[in-house]
Order: sequence, then structure tokens, then C-alpha cells
Amino acid sequence: MQFLSQLQAGQRAVISAIEADEFLFHRLSALGFRVGRPLSIMRQANFGGPIQVRLGTTDVILRASEANRIHINAI
Amino acid sequence: MKRIALLGMPNTGKSTLFNRISGASARVGNWPGITVDLLSAKILLGGHIVELIDLPGIYDLHGFSEDEQVVRHFLTNNPVDLLVVLLNSTQIDRQLSLLLQLKKLGFPIVLALNMADEAKRAGITINTESLSAALALPVVQISAKYGDGLPKVLQAATEIINQQHAKTNPQSIALLLQEENEIEHEMQALVQRHVQIPATLNDDTTDKIDKLLLHKWLGLPLFFGAMFILFQLIFTVGAPIQEGLAWVLDLFRAQLLDPLFANTPHWFSGLMLDGIYNGVATVAAFVPIIILFFLVMSMVEDSGYLSRAAFLMDAIMARMGLDGRSFVMMLMGFGCNVPAIMGTRIMRSRAIRLLTMLVIPLSLCSARLQVFIFIIAALFAPKHAALALFALYVMSFFTMFLTAVLFQNQYKNTEPFILELPPYRFPTFRQIVLRGWHEVKHFLNRASKFIILGVVLVWLLSNFPSSAAPASLDTYAGKIGIFFAPVLDPIGINHELAIALIFGFVAKEIVVGALAVIYGLQGDALMAQMASQIDWVQAMSFMLFTLIYTPCLSTIATIRNESKSTAFMWLSIAWSLALAWLVSFVFYQGARYLGF
Repeated sequence: MQFLSQLQAGQRAVISAIEADEFLFHRLSALGFRVGRPLSIMRQANFGGPIQVRLGTTDVILRASEANRIHINAI
Repeated sequence: MKRIALLGMPNTGKSTLFNRISGASARVGNWPGITVDLLSAKILLGGHIVELIDLPGIYDLHGFSEDEQVVRHFLTNNPVDLLVVLLNSTQIDRQLSLLLQLKKLGFPIVLALNMADEAKRAGITINTESLSAALALPVVQISAKYGDGLPKVLQAATEIINQQHAKTNPQSIALLLQEENEIEHEMQALVQRHVQIPATLNDDTTDKIDKLLLHKWLGLPLFFGAMFILFQLIFTVGAPIQEGLAWVLDLFRAQLLDPLFANTPHWFSGLMLDGIYNGVATVAAFVPIIILFFLVMSMVEDSGYLSRAAFLMDAIMARMGLDGRSFVMMLMGFGCNVPAIMGTRIMRSRAIRLLTMLVIPLSLCSARLQVFIFIIAALFAPKHAALALFALYVMSFFTMFLTAVLFQNQYKNTEPFILELPPYRFPTFRQIVLRGWHEVKHFLNRASKFIILGVVLVWLLSNFPSSAAPASLDTYAGKIGIFFAPVLDPIGINHELAIALIFGFVAKEIVVGALAVIYGLQGDALMAQMASQIDWVQAMSFMLFTLIYTPCLSTIATIRNESKSTAFMWLSIAWSLALAWLVSFVFYQGARYLGF
């Protein structure tokens, strides 16, 4: 099992589980993070900054601490 | 009266649509969650006067951010006749969830799919007819930016309003809101059947620009470089206009007003000319720079670049207990602190919101900018002027970072950082003009409220009691100056400047106006007089104090409202005053010690 935070820029993956409290879960799902959805990593900011993820038509930036809540299977 | 609410996710162009329909000039911003106040407008629709309300952009009805609560509270307390739900066509695959939530609650709805043009370019095709049939509500593709499809939306709205006579029942909606499920399924089924999206969406232009602007090493230098160039541009273009306008206003007084008031009583012409006219004219000369500044700001804001700034700066901000959004609010504070503080509503955690609110008043807002341009022009050689202003911007960032670092343990941040990155967009000419006009209106509003009152008060204080020579130590102003001397002398601020500082508490626009009134001069003469009285070290100390202490009463009121805490408001005032004095003291005494 892998976390979203472990992926490199350019990699693609499918979300397998989301572990988050209610607020974070709502926000993630409103932005398109749902189990079974494919995503790709666009880039990561320097100095351990946020990662940019593309889900379908939406680009989202999130910190590693949040990306750690999302389990994925790399494709 | 019939009531229509406009609702949608952040960043779908809701404000733009609202402006289109109402003709009013609400702010438009390409930054998720920018619409923080409930704007409303009365429009004529099919023979009815209809109230149109612009609700904040929300991701879903069950969220916990303040905006989401605002919408929920609105819908469960106010009956409406119709919801116009605005979704972004290019993101319809996920945004439909909001519509389905609302539909389930039984609202009469017209669905407007915005950004039809962007969707077309991205190769997304939406069959509005079949979607409309499946949803059993009118679906219209529009472009709020260019106004396409708008008549259709209004027509659909009119039909629904004319047909039905009952408003929604807020109580039953409150009940329904408590139960919801199956939405995910329904949404997926709908998208699968009616929407076609290419496997990988390639918004080529945005990707290409991002490759450069979000580059690992080039991103930040490019960001600061771009900001520097924009500020330089504002001054190279704006400063000559300001000087020209000041000259014209001066001429106007000499040629027209002086002769006109020559036969009126001495005190009256003094009040009207040395008081109100000098004060307001000195401030008014800066209006072109301010407009220019806001035009540039709004272009940056609407372009989507601010979210990129949040991406680039988040790692650094995290070390200060803030996040990328705080940085964006700090940047917006360079325009005006008040909307920046209101913008913190997109943050859910109270801790990071308060910390951001404590930091924002330190950003060098446009009102303080005019004080600095004025003082710098009076006391610094042209070749040092840019450097002096740059130093103040650096100082502004430094005090913000210092404040965040010092207070980050009081306000521990636990807020997750997730943000949407919108594609780059160019604001239309219409949006830019509306925004410029909005700023002029805002200035005239402040001018009529604060500035005239302020300069009249300053004139009274510096001309009475009538036995004293104007602006001398025997006037009320002089006495106030003497009273504050023990605190202000060690930072090199003389009695005249002290009065300006005290009135600057109300609004920084008054400061230059007050100086004009205190010295009884205007334009070049005023600058020459000031240059003969104070040196550059005192001027810098004065500017540092002006930069750091409380920006204005409006900011204080906003902090009080947004934090809902009087104690926090006082903390903000006390901290900024203490820091202002300390920084000015260290600078002034240090410079004197070094022999300047």
C-alpha cells in the first residue's frame, strides 16, 4: 500500500482509500478525491512544499500531511 | 418581493455573473472563496422586481467553513423563489454534486453551466438537452465573462418565477439537510451518461505557463521579479500623473479660488482653502496612482496567479505557522487591509485565521503608500527614492514574518492545506473598468466621510485658540504635540508630524491632508517646508511608524467583527503600536548613533 505523498512528479495512480476526519473528507471529496478515481502528480514545490495533483479536470494543491491521508495504487 | 439566490462552487465566475445581471460592481476574483459578503441587487424580471442575492461560493452544503455555514444559514432561514446554480462546465464531473444536493432539498433551480468557452476548448461536450430532461430543470450553457447565454438564463428564471407562487419552506429544508446520501451514485451515473471528457484534459496554455511559473527554482524569483516590475510600473506611470494633477489643483486654487474667497472673512477662507481644499487636494492628487495600483492588483488577482503564489510560498509560510492562503491574503492587504482580513473567512481553523488577521494589518496598503510617496518625494533625492520605498516593502514583510513567528505558538495551526489551482484567465476590459470605478467610488466615499472631517478637525486644532499663531506650540495641536513629546521625541517625530500620526489612526488618507493643513501649504511649497524642518532620518522613522501602527479605524472594526473578540482587537492595536515604536526607536537612535 502506498500513500499519495510517496509518488513522484509525473506518476499516475488510483485512489484506494481516504482516511480523514469529517471536515477533511468533505473537502477532499468536494474537490474530486474519491475512491477509484485516477489522478496524476504534476509537481512538488521546493523545500517540502505542497504537491500539485490533477484529478480529471481539476488541479489541486495539498500538503504532504494531507497527501498522507490518501492511499493509492500506482499505475 | 420575489427572491432569487445565486449559488455555486468557488471560482466558477459567480461574481462575474452577478455583476453581469445586476450591473453593480462587486469584486470579481479568480481565487476560491473571494466573495465574502452577501451582495444583493434589485433587478426587473418579467414585470417583477426581483431581489438577487449572491451567496458565497461553497464546495458542498455540509462543509464546515464559514462560507458554507453562511449559505446553510441563509437557506434554512430565508425563503427563496428560485436558485440559480452556477457550475463550471470544465469541472462538471465533480461540481454536479452540489446541484444534486440542492435539488434533493426541493429547490426550484435553473442550472447555468459557466465557462462554455473554456469547456469547448478543452474538448468537453455537454448535452444540455438530455441533461436538462434527466434533471427535470432548465440547463443553460453560458459565458458570464462575455455574457453569452445570459438571456436564456433570465428567461428560464422568469418562467419558473411566474409559474409558481410558493416560496421554499426554510424549516423543511433544515430538516432535509440533515439526511443525505446516494448523491455520489447519482452523480456518477449522470456524468457517465451525459458528459464526455477526454481521458487526460490538456489545458495546454495553463500547463505551459505553469511549467515556467511553478518551476522548482525559477518560480519564486520570477514571482518576486514580477511583483517588483509591477510596482515599478505603477510608479513610473503614476508619479508623473500625480505631479501633474497636484500642479493643476494648485493652479486652480491660485487662479480661481483665491480671488473668489478674497472678500470672505479671514477665518472662512482659511477653513475652506487652507483647511478643506489643501487637505483634500493633496490627497486627491494620489487617486490616479491608487486606481492604477488597484487595476494591476485586480489583474493579478483575476488571473489565477495568486493561487500559484500560495503554492510557491506554502513551505516557507508553514514554518511561521501560516499557510499559502495567508500569504495570498498578505498580498491582497497591499491593496487594502479590510478585504484581506475578510478574506480569511475561507480558513476554518480559528487559530490560523487569528494569526493571519494579526499579520495582515502590517502589509503596506495603498493608503499608506500615498503617505510614503509624498514623504519620499519631499525628503529623498530621486536616486534614493526607489530604494527607500523598497526598504519599506521589505520592512512590511519583515514585520509580518516576525509577528507570525512570535505568535505562532499562541495560535497553533492544525488546518489542512488544500487548494484548487484554477486555470489562468485574463480579465476582460469590462471587469477591469468596473474594478477601477469601484475604487474611485470607494475613495470618494472615504473622502466624504473621513478626509473632510479629518482635515477640518486638524485645521481647527492648529488654528485655535485664535490668540495663538497658526500651527504654533500655543495652539491645541501644539499642546497635543507637547503632551506626546516624551514618547515621540525619542523616535524623532516632531509636533507637526505627531498630529498627522494621531489623525492617521482614523485613516491613512488623512495623513498627507493633515500635513498640508498643519503647514498651511500645498504641493511643492509643502514639500520644501517639510524638507527644511526635518531630515531624512526623522522622515524614515515617521514612515516606519506609519507603516507598522494600526492602519485605520475600518481595519480595526473589521478585525473586531471577524474575530468576534474585543480582546483580540486590542491585542492587534497594542502589538502594532508597540512594534511601531520599537522599530522606529531602534532605527532613529541607531542612525543617530552612526552619525547620520
